[in-house]
Amino acid sequence: MTNLLDVKNLRTYFETDDGVVKAVDDISFQLKRGETLGIVGESGSGKSVTNLSIIRLVPDPPGKIVSGEVIFNGSDLLLLSNEAIRKIRGRRIAMIFQDPMTSLNPYMKISKQLMEMTQLHLGHSKAQAHDHAIRMMETVGIPDAHSRAGSYPHEFSGGMRQRVMIAMALSCEPELLIADEPTTALDVTIQAQILELIKKLKRETGTSVILITHDLGVVAGMTDHVIVMYAGKIFEQARTTELFSTPGNPYTKGLLRSVPDPTAEQGKLYQIPGLPPDMAHLQPGCPFAARCDYVQDICRREFPPFVKLNSDHYSLCHFAREVYRESGGTPVQE
Amino acid sequence: MSTEKNPQHDELIHIGPEMAVAEADVHADEGAFLRGTSLWRDAWRRLLKNKLAVFGLVVVIVVTIASIAGPALIQQTFGFTPDYIPNNDKLTRSFPPFTGPDGKFSWLHPMGTDNAGRDVMARVLQGGQISLFVGILSTVISLLIGVSYGAIAGYAGGRVDNLMMRIVDVFYSLPYIIIVIVLLSLFRSQTPRGQLTLLFIAIGSVSWLTMARIVRGQILSLKNQEFVLAARATGVSGSRIVFRHLVPNTLGPVIVYATLTVPQIMLLEAFLSFLGFGVQAPLSSWGSLAADGVTNIAVFPWQLIFPGVTMALTLFSLNFLGDGLRDALDPQMRTV
Repeated sequence: MTNLLDVKNLRTYFETDDGVVKAVDDISFQLKRGETLGIVGESGSGKSVTNLSIIRLVPDPPGKIVSGEVIFNGSDLLLLSNEAIRKIRGRRIAMIFQDPMTSLNPYMKISKQLMEMTQLHLGHSKAQAHDHAIRMMETVGIPDAHSRAGSYPHEFSGGMRQRVMIAMALSCEPELLIADEPTTALDVTIQAQILELIKKLKRETGTSVILITHDLGVVAGMTDHVIVMYAGKIFEQARTTELFSTPGNPYTKGLLRSVPDPTAEQGKLYQIPGLPPDMAHLQPGCPFAARCDYVQDICRREFPPFVKLNSDHYSLCHFAREVYRESGGTPVQE
Repeated sequence: MSTEKNPQHDELIHIGPEMAVAEADVHADEGAFLRGTSLWRDAWRRLLKNKLAVFGLVVVIVVTIASIAGPALIQQTFGFTPDYIPNNDKLTRSFPPFTGPDGKFSWLHPMGTDNAGRDVMARVLQGGQISLFVGILSTVISLLIGVSYGAIAGYAGGRVDNLMMRIVDVFYSLPYIIIVIVLLSLFRSQTPRGQLTLLFIAIGSVSWLTMARIVRGQILSLKNQEFVLAARATGVSGSRIVFRHLVPNTLGPVIVYATLTVPQIMLLEAFLSFLGFGVQAPLSSWGSLAADGVTNIAVFPWQLIFPGVTMALTLFSLNFLGDGLRDALDPQMRTV
């Protein structure tokens, strides 16, 4: 299978009064056609900026894509003209945002917002676009789509609005769907429905998906590959099953330990001690050093290497092999 | 109207549908009625509950209809136009209201006549036509310029915004009444229509400034909302985002401000006409009628009272209506 998306050495920096924040710092990853990639990490780890960088929507100023390549279907998106990238947005790469309550225009009818997409990209006439909008609303499971199409967003519940967002994102049958925490603002039952819907539509259309989340449960159920981000870096990257069974990074281990265990009778919920580092004033060495259980002197001095542990499994740590072995894996020798 | 305050609203500066939803909570008992309620219908319902605003609305409608239809109707019924001067010497003098040439009660001139024997009511109604016309047209002009200017400045941001708003500041700091007077006397036109056009240009060129600021402020707070990012992520172009997505979201405050601009401009027009820079005879406006009337105030008070009262009533009503609209469209901005 060929790579649909190939991100190489992407760096996105923000100029702030405090100094330069390296929100995304030298990130590379690939996404194959039809696969789902999960990106997990704490707030501020650079997940969203990575994806905004892909479709060039980083707010500029203060943000700036400093270097790197985003090869989508063989062409570098970062080199395209504004006109050309606009034709890709929504048409070939679509996005779903975190908060369905605010990502629909409150003053526009639902149908109008859905119609705008296909009129813009597929050259639909009004009537065609309207029919298409109704069909999409039915596809994403909005009951009574015909009569609800004329409603305004405030007449929809959060879950329904997220369905509308998904309908909008998928209405031009994009090759890549970027879902930025699509379920964070929803309650658990609706979350499950929305995820199920994304899964189903992905099966039917063959769309590749990048799923940004900080919910490891969602990652486990939805993705083929996972990237764990911390402080603008990829800390670990592996197949989903491998990452969950044999994590090779202390940070990933900490994250996995922090997942509440419903079978535990009682006891304290584990949390990774400390706070994410101040991104404007990163210390030399490993950015996770201050919070790490495995920390040694070298961690504070030297930036860790990106160690290959297995095919498709990398970890950014001085002691990646040790951690991996401890999890029960056998690191490959380079 | 509800006086309930929902704390979650405090963080919202713009008028959003959230407000409509909150209103829906307050009026939960009217649930059936609320099905399919749009934002505008909701606002309309709230407006109707405000007695002063309804009063204002009614007066404005009545005055508008009377001004538009009145002069023609009078001509149909009594056979004279607003600028009709009788060629009988006995009639070219000022009669009190409801008084015929013989000094007895008569319906012919309910507001009396002026020094030249012209019917004051016909002139007041014609003046209303021009005053309202100036007020509304200038507001529309200020709306078009102000909204586009403010929206572009707000959305562009950065240096463009800075430059555009500094230009507004410069205009602001000029004493605009003096500018308008200079403009009007410099290009004084020979024909009354030409003078009227000049008046539009003069008033229109100063009245869009506040509108531009209001719209820019709204756009600034709106443009960082997620739906704008979502629209950009679907490949919508910048100009389309500004005029199709953002500007409709500012309509609430814009409508309110526009309603309050109409009386301001009418007042400015009256002021200029009063000073003799505005509307010229034989056309009349409330301002020029008042100016004519004030010279004879001791002897023929009705020449001042009728245009004055009509204007005051209309301005009052427009202000009430504007306040009512603000409350209806933006319940959380109310300072109780």
